[in-house]
Amino acid sequence: MNALAQPLNLPPERAGTEVRLRGVTRSFSGRTVLRDVTLDFAPGEFVALIGKSGSGKSTLLRAIAGLDDGVDGSGTIAVPDDRSVLFQDSRLLPWKTVLRNVVFGFRAPDAEARGRRAIADVGLAGREDAWPNALSGGEQQRVALARSLVRQPRLLLADEPFGALDALTRIRMHGLLFDLIRQRRPTVLLVTHDVDEAIKLADRVLVMDDGRIVLDRHVGLPHPRPKSDARFEALRTSLLAALGVSDDV
Amino acid sequence: MTDTAGSNVYSPYLPQRGHESEPRPGAPAGALARKPSRLAFGRLPRGGILFGPVLLILVWEFASAIGWLSPKFLAAPSTALVTGYDLLVSGTLAEHFLASAKRAYLGLGIGVAIGLALALAAGLSRIGEASIDGLVQIKRAVPTLALIPLAILWLGIGEVMKIALIASSVMVPIYINTHAALRGIDLRHVELARSVGITRSEFLREVASPGALPGFFTGLRLAVTTCWTALVVLEQINTSEGIGYLMNRARDYGQTDIIVVGLAIYAALGLGSDLAVRFWERRALGYRKALNS
Repeated sequence: MNALAQPLNLPPERAGTEVRLRGVTRSFSGRTVLRDVTLDFAPGEFVALIGKSGSGKSTLLRAIAGLDDGVDGSGTIAVPDDRSVLFQDSRLLPWKTVLRNVVFGFRAPDAEARGRRAIADVGLAGREDAWPNALSGGEQQRVALARSLVRQPRLLLADEPFGALDALTRIRMHGLLFDLIRQRRPTVLLVTHDVDEAIKLADRVLVMDDGRIVLDRHVGLPHPRPKSDARFEALRTSLLAALGVSDDV
Repeated sequence: MTDTAGSNVYSPYLPQRGHESEPRPGAPAGALARKPSRLAFGRLPRGGILFGPVLLILVWEFASAIGWLSPKFLAAPSTALVTGYDLLVSGTLAEHFLASAKRAYLGLGIGVAIGLALALAAGLSRIGEASIDGLVQIKRAVPTLALIPLAILWLGIGEVMKIALIASSVMVPIYINTHAALRGIDLRHVELARSVGITRSEFLREVASPGALPGFFTGLRLAVTTCWTALVVLEQINTSEGIGYLMNRARDYGQTDIIVVGLAIYAALGLGSDLAVRFWERRALGYRKALNS
């Protein structure tokens, strides 16, 4: 865990700590899911968190999001209030139109205009008044993305947001997410089980196993990052090794 | 009625299951005419549900015409039709009908309001649930008819007693269904609401109430038939107007045609009310339409 305290090479104006976790422990009915996690995210940093099912990655995200009250645990978490969660399912309210879902709970004088812009940003202009049920799975997830981005959060917490999408839609969503995040520069925590997705998008990849961060790597590759790049491949191999998986078929 | 058979098993997450077969607008409908599977019943054509009732009336009319059914036992549908027309023209029917409708819908309105208020109180607060739910469950176990003696002692034998009893029987399905829908509110929606930081009153207005609306409509559909059912019994007590009174008097004189007219009116009202509620339901819950299309 001492590897976590490494200083990050960030542009000076954005240096500092946006998310600070100290000794975070969580357990569900006696089973410890997070073990003494200590982490810092720099402002504007895109962090991917990968791990096997049950490794505690979603629990960590929920702890940072503040959605885990009632769960036993200790430690301190300092996060900006200004945060938004992108869930694995789109969680649109079926009785609200696309636009109403996007601006749901968003209090700004020009909420509606900004909502329309966010919908256009995710490529759904013209569908503002559609019911969520009339959209495909990929479109629903794009609405959810617009709902997160319209708030211009300082911290975006994404819990396997593309897990339920088909491979082609997922690739398009990666591009969309990446572009939108570049424009707005929130700090991002992306929980995923997809190693390639993590390397493709993130500045830094954390590997979690049995409630601990077992690997913390800066990607340090220029964008775009083709999979054919040898450095991509090398990082992929070491991440898979940390996950206890080998990829030779 | 087959077309809404699925509406009772509504879940806001049904569409997610449908990913693998996303219906795209503009897909050529029926371009590939397939034979219906023998394993599943095909859908009834429009109006197909009327086949059974029409057949019954034809058989009934035929049996009356050839003398199998004595008018003392049961009047022919055509006789009842003529009698009904006569009663309508003389204005008798309208008078009794309005008296019945007033009782039924007054009771319905009061019962819906009480049931809804209780469901909200019990569905949204623990103290409310602790104090209300058990009582309503007990009330549900007691048949309305069993309350008549007490209701007469407390409220007399007039209109107040009748409307109160109709309201009390209507309240139960409204309460049960609305309360269940409120308790069963999707925890993922609750979590979303927390993560976007809305207030409690916004949550009630924008998440809890619309989420419970399908349950409320299920209750309302039961309630509109319940109110007429309760009415039939209650109109046998100290009334001088109402469809129930008309039928009771007809029994005394052996006028089976008037009894049939009364039954037909009850059936028409029950079905008509149900249709009206379903129409309203379809409009209010229009967002679900994409599921079935």
